Amino acid sequence: MLIKNESLLEIKGLKAYVEKTEILHGIDLQVNKNEVIAFIGPSGCGKSTFLRCLNRMHEETPGGRAEGKVLLQGEDIYAPGSDPVRVRRKIGMVFQKPNPFPSMSIFENVASGLKLNHLAKGAELHDRVVSALQEAALWTEVKDKLNASGMSLSGGQQQRLCIARALAVKPPVLLMDEPTSALDPISTAKIEELVIQLKKETTLLMVTHNMQQAARISDKTAFFLYGNLVEYGVTTDVFTTPRDRKTEEYITGRFG
Amino acid sequence: MQRQIDLELNKLRAVIMAMGQSVELAVEEATQGLIERKPERLKKVREHEDKINAFHLEVDEMCLKIIASQSPLAADLRMILAIIKINSDLERMGDQAMNISLNVRDYLEKTALDEASAIANMSHTVRKMVRDAMDAFIKGDVALSEQVLLQDDVVDEAKRTTFKNLVAVMKQNSNFVDGAVDLMLVSRNLERLGDHATNIAEDVIFASTGKDIRHGGFDPSSQR
Repeated sequence: MLIKNESLLEIKGLKAYVEKTEILHGIDLQVNKNEVIAFIGPSGCGKSTFLRCLNRMHEETPGGRAEGKVLLQGEDIYAPGSDPVRVRRKIGMVFQKPNPFPSMSIFENVASGLKLNHLAKGAELHDRVVSALQEAALWTEVKDKLNASGMSLSGGQQQRLCIARALAVKPPVLLMDEPTSALDPISTAKIEELVIQLKKETTLLMVTHNMQQAARISDKTAFFLYGNLVEYGVTTDVFTTPRDRKTEEYITGRFG
Repeated sequence: MQRQIDLELNKLRAVIMAMGQSVELAVEEATQGLIERKPERLKKVREHEDKINAFHLEVDEMCLKIIASQSPLAADLRMILAIIKINSDLERMGDQAMNISLNVRDYLEKTALDEASAIANMSHTVRKMVRDAMDAFIKGDVALSEQVLLQDDVVDEAKRTTFKNLVAVMKQNSNFVDGAVDLMLVSRNLERLGDHATNIAEDVIFASTGKDIRHGGFDPSSQR
């Protein structure tokens, strides 16, 4: 059963830096369980950096660091002693370009997170891989070639393989950074359909440059500009009657 | 930066304005035909009606093309939605002007009644409502739209009074029944025209502000 409006993520005063440059200027944002949140804004506005701060990926960037609080179910992922690897198991990520592990088979790609974290082995490992592939709507296409290389799949299939890999460890939150920008319309539609299915089990935060995509699949939309969160609200409101003039200008293409 | 959608919306606005003007002229010809007792003016109503019907199809096609090619959002989306609705209202208004011209044609074959002058006043108010609604549309003028909404009460009241007076005329002399019925129909069609002008004003407010004030969402006391 879906529990409505149960707060899952709370971000308080989040700032991000690269060297001495402040990229994000103190973001406050709250995400409820089983929601799809779209992040929109012009290139360089900080939306991808924001997403990367949510699973401590930003600090992997040379000179990258973050300040502020990111509470996942009340627990600050930036608290001293918090383990970034453990954080990333709870907050998975799918990138713009599909990136299956090239030397691994389809099965091994999905099993990798489970094995690495010693979460399953033997029959249970097999079952969880199958279930992740089913959740990622890839199972029927790969069930007869689980030992084939992940790289042998099409771009759209590779992206769903990456989603299956991320889902295998059952993360409460899945981050997606422009997951369909490298895909054709049919593969894009499959991923979008998948996102809508996945929100029954998880919470999805997705960066997209495609306004129609944000309008189609997200429950809420956040608009970023120059490292600030300008507007955050119910998607249909943001796309029909935005509160802020800058949001209006951006989504109607009046910028520049 | 010039957006393609602005070019297309501007073309669309121009067509809608021309359509609104045809409606206003059609109503004028129909009611002046009555007031001046000139049946030849009624022929003009048919000409305007043909134009309105052609605009109706053209606007729908343009809207479809903009939606398909430009994927409008926010203010653009509200504008397209408003235009689609305004287009339907204007088309119906053309039909009502046509109905009036048919009622007037019948009426002119009968004994003239004094109540025709009340129809002239109603027609004047309704045409002003149409003109103001279209002005409000092109300027995105919310205050002017609200004035149109207030005018609708005036037209409704005028129709009630006209009906009452015409019933009295009919009771007085049964020879006047046929003519009085014709004028009632004219009055009824004018009142409906006012309702459509009101719809347009409501759509303008929605396009400009995103607020949907239909079905009780407008507070007239804030305007007086």
